[in-house]
Amino acid sequence: MDLDGFRDPGVARSVIQAIHDTATSPVKLMEVCGTHTVAIAKHGLREVMPETITLLSGPGCPVCVTSNSDIDTAIEFGKQPDVIVTTFGDMMKVPGSYSSLSQEKADGRDIRVVYSPLDALDIAEKNAEAHVVFIGVGFETTVPVIASAIQQAGRRGIENFSVFSAHKTVPEALRALVDDPDVAVGGFILPGHVSTIIGLEPYRFLAEEYGVPSVITGFEPVDVLQGVYMLAKQVAEGRAEVEVAYTRAVPPEGNPAAVAKMNEVFEPCNAEWRGIGVIPGTGLSIREEYARYDALVRVPVTPPEPKEVKGCQCGEVLRGVTLPFECKLFGRACTPEHPVGPCMVSSEGSCAAYYRYTDYGKSP
Amino acid sequence: MCLAIPARVISLEDQNMAEVDIMGVSRHVSLDLVPEAHEDDYVLVHAGFAIQVVDEQYAEETLELLKELDIADIELEALEPEGT
Ligand code: SF4
Repeated sequence: MDLDGFRDPGVARSVIQAIHDTATSPVKLMEVCGTHTVAIAKHGLREVMPETITLLSGPGCPVCVTSNSDIDTAIEFGKQPDVIVTTFGDMMKVPGSYSSLSQEKADGRDIRVVYSPLDALDIAEKNAEAHVVFIGVGFETTVPVIASAIQQAGRRGIENFSVFSAHKTVPEALRALVDDPDVAVGGFILPGHVSTIIGLEPYRFLAEEYGVPSVITGFEPVDVLQGVYMLAKQVAEGRAEVEVAYTRAVPPEGNPAAVAKMNEVFEPCNAEWRGIGVIPGTGLSIREEYARYDALVRVPVTPPEPKEVKGCQCGEVLRGVTLPFECKLFGRACTPEHPVGPCMVSSEGSCAAYYRYTDYGKSP
Repeated sequence: MCLAIPARVISLEDQNMAEVDIMGVSRHVSLDLVPEAHEDDYVLVHAGFAIQVVDEQYAEETLELLKELDIADIELEALEPEGT
């Protein structure tokens, strides 16, 4: 067992031993957080698992699950006269049906990467003659931030700013995964920073309605291992609960002030997830009261009919039914330098994590 | 992209903003989502906003870990104000 990469190999070894002793019946555990995906790939955690435990990567990266039609819509905003598109950097290289934001920028469109939606507000203030559209992509970690930016636009009297809301919420997507017979998830490793906002309550249905255990955990390899151990223990004892291995950053109630802001500005709608399809109630649209900050209202666009990239299996990868290196394009036609699908673009995408940290597919 | 980086609140500013120290870099972030945050508190910062108050020990451990995972660099690059 190579544990050199661990800060405390002794602790890692004893947790791994405990997992081996506990996991006597086969179970598939899925992580739904890109940072966990990176930690698992980088530290080779799959390789130290007993045969009974299969670790799957789920739809844990907001960029990766953004549908082609949403990316096409974002690109369409950039083509409108006097529109400045602002976006988080992760979105730039993601291919849509026909182009990407970085391709469009190279072709002369005004598309700018910002670190915060507040930077987009500053750009709007400085460019009164233009309209600034912010491409809103992210889970519950990010949504309250965007909600607050919209309210701040109101307070600052900024009228030439709007948001294209392609946000998604996590819990109901987990329901779609447990309902999917191809996936057969037996337990979830839940995302730490989504949970720091929403707390425990929204996940309870997993245990209560489906009898599926889940554990919220942090990003250190030992945290992930501890999460796996807690899941294996629940399975072995025939329990199903939502547990937290990450108590210092995740109070059970989350951040109620942030959730309140999110609900003031947004309301649930249906959302299309790449590879999974439409999941009811997992999207967020901007409420009527804030319609003047809704890009779909302010800058009406008609994106072209979306089309899927041939051969890219991101959909299956995101559902955990295919591993990245099982895709024929992995490491050949598709690399981080020339990504074919979003799972290879985003640094937290499963394909990129496998490519960077494992040997699969690299040696022919 | 759901990563949040621990930072220490240096001083409170107008409009619910605060100056924070993130791995030695000083930045201005919004405290809109953590109205309870004070000077010297540790907060998790995401996309220019503090999103949760955490304890100091947690903050330090996480920073170390982020460095190990090479993720902090990516986030910190994004944090650098343009032109520097
Ligand atoms: S390796 Fe590339 S083409 Fe294959 S599923 Fe991943 S992103 Fe898509």
